[in-house]
Amino acid sequence: MNLCDYLAGSVVRTPDRVAVVGPSGRGLTYRELDDLSNQVAAFLRARGVKRGDRVGVIAPKSAEVVATLFGVMKAGAAYVPADYTAPVTRNRTLLSDCAVSAVFLAPSCAGIMAEWPLAQAPHVAWLPGGDAPAGMGTPWADVVSTPAAEGADLAGPDELAYILYTSGSTGVPKGVMLTQRNATSFVDWCSDEFLPRETDRFSSHAPFHFDLSILDLYVPLKHGAALHLVSEAVGKNPQELAAFVADRQITVWYSTPSILSLLAQFGGLEARDCSALRLVLFAGEVFPVKHLRSITERWPQAAFYNLYGPTETNVCTFARIPAVVPEDRTAPYPIGPACPHCDALVLDTPGGSVVGQGEEGLLHIAGPSLFAGYWNRPTSETFFERDGRRWYNTGDVVVEDPDEGYIYVGRRDRMVKRRGYRIELGEIEKGLYQFDRVREAAVVALPDASAGVRIIAFVTPSGERPSIIELKSFCGRALPAYMNPDAFVFMDALPRTSTDKVDYQALIGSQLAPKQPA
Amino acid sequence: MDSTKEAIRTYILNEYLPGESPSNLKDDTPLRTSGILDSMATLNLVSYLEQTFGIQIDAHETGVENFDRIEDIVALVASKKGA
Repeated sequence: MNLCDYLAGSVVRTPDRVAVVGPSGRGLTYRELDDLSNQVAAFLRARGVKRGDRVGVIAPKSAEVVATLFGVMKAGAAYVPADYTAPVTRNRTLLSDCAVSAVFLAPSCAGIMAEWPLAQAPHVAWLPGGDAPAGMGTPWADVVSTPAAEGADLAGPDELAYILYTSGSTGVPKGVMLTQRNATSFVDWCSDEFLPRETDRFSSHAPFHFDLSILDLYVPLKHGAALHLVSEAVGKNPQELAAFVADRQITVWYSTPSILSLLAQFGGLEARDCSALRLVLFAGEVFPVKHLRSITERWPQAAFYNLYGPTETNVCTFARIPAVVPEDRTAPYPIGPACPHCDALVLDTPGGSVVGQGEEGLLHIAGPSLFAGYWNRPTSETFFERDGRRWYNTGDVVVEDPDEGYIYVGRRDRMVKRRGYRIELGEIEKGLYQFDRVREAAVVALPDASAGVRIIAFVTPSGERPSIIELKSFCGRALPAYMNPDAFVFMDALPRTSTDKVDYQALIGSQLAPKQPA
Repeated sequence: MDSTKEAIRTYILNEYLPGESPSNLKDDTPLRTSGILDSMATLNLVSYLEQTFGIQIDAHETGVENFDRIEDIVALVASKKGA
């Protein structure tokens, strides 16, 4: 099975249904998407791109980009999507790392080609949208006038479909290699669990370099449904996003909790008819319960699911959120049991021994969605062998509950010891979110010469800014004394990564930077 | 008396409430019972008071009755200095 087979199946069944609608509202039918991707594949083959190669894609989302992703895979290659808003040096680093043989660029992203050593530079093709620099690469009009060639050479199930770069704990981007089987095992699970139909309209909020995009792209296209792309600008604007959900009559939404929180607070949802929504999926971080409650109250007809999994496994556990989130609930919902295509173990140390039920340990995952390793890194450092199978340590600490599945405790690297007590920094955030004048909270720990560790809470206020005494007193009531932060910093908004997660590295950096002289 | 109070206020603000507007810390703001001072912070405050004012504070005197409000701490220090 190959992701391209999904498209082929839908082209046969529903050639004239709308497959993908770009941010502007212009769409492609299944037949048009298939034709366009065939031309891209033919163009790549004509340029010598072959099975096993990598092809970079740096551009804002559009229907043509979706056709390009399929075109790359139809040429037997793997696509490598990069964040078009990231610095060009970072993108050049990661595309050189995996030695792409071609790159599709939006004209606005031309800067990446400067200073690329000519001998290693990939072939450039320009996506539509603006004027491409003269004298370099192939314009889109020429790409799509390539006559489609006979005889596909699709990648096998254990060959790469795409490489997604993640920041990595050390700050050096790591290329997560995902095979066709990794992708299809996940997409097939989505089919079984969410029962997509031709009449569905899926949103695509996440950028294509973020693993949430795998569900967005391939689940609707497998089932003849429509995929509606959200632009970067609309994606960050809750008012426009609410209008998008209403106007496009989106039926399936998938994003990080951050975006849903923004929608609930600032989307003006009371004035929008979002009644077409039947499924709301979220993943990527813990959903603060107060914001989850308000979005479920706004969209009572929709089923909400918490999906959990790192890029390395894609979604590996899932939990349905109850229709009513009780008023007195403050604990985030569990991440649930393992998906049927995954196996999970809770071990005391990386690759260690199984812990008892109810005890904390590191969640390890095995199964067909497990990635093939990091690009250019030895697999021996990545996987654990156990019972003849490969296991991946997620680095997430969980507790197994017999009824609810796994309960997420936190990242092992976000646990600190203070005065002998083990503290999960997310627990302090959870406490802060219970304060009605706290809109967002993020907590970091810094080494401290005298106290061992210093805990700093970053808070964005909701309404009138609380005083530090009020915050500290609130924490005194909501949390054990040893969890009360040492300092509070007010911000207008928390810094976020390009995938909309709280940027903890930036928060830590803001405290380590030399203080400006008074 | 006022200079003692100011020194204690400044110490608490700098050490335990960095960034707080000084006017929010009143003489009767609860410290121990609110969580602003925990037991570790109280120990540090006691050793600051002992060094700054040249006094001795016994363990049994470091409870809520003497350390919950700035005015109580000032009174404790005054009684020690007068002794």
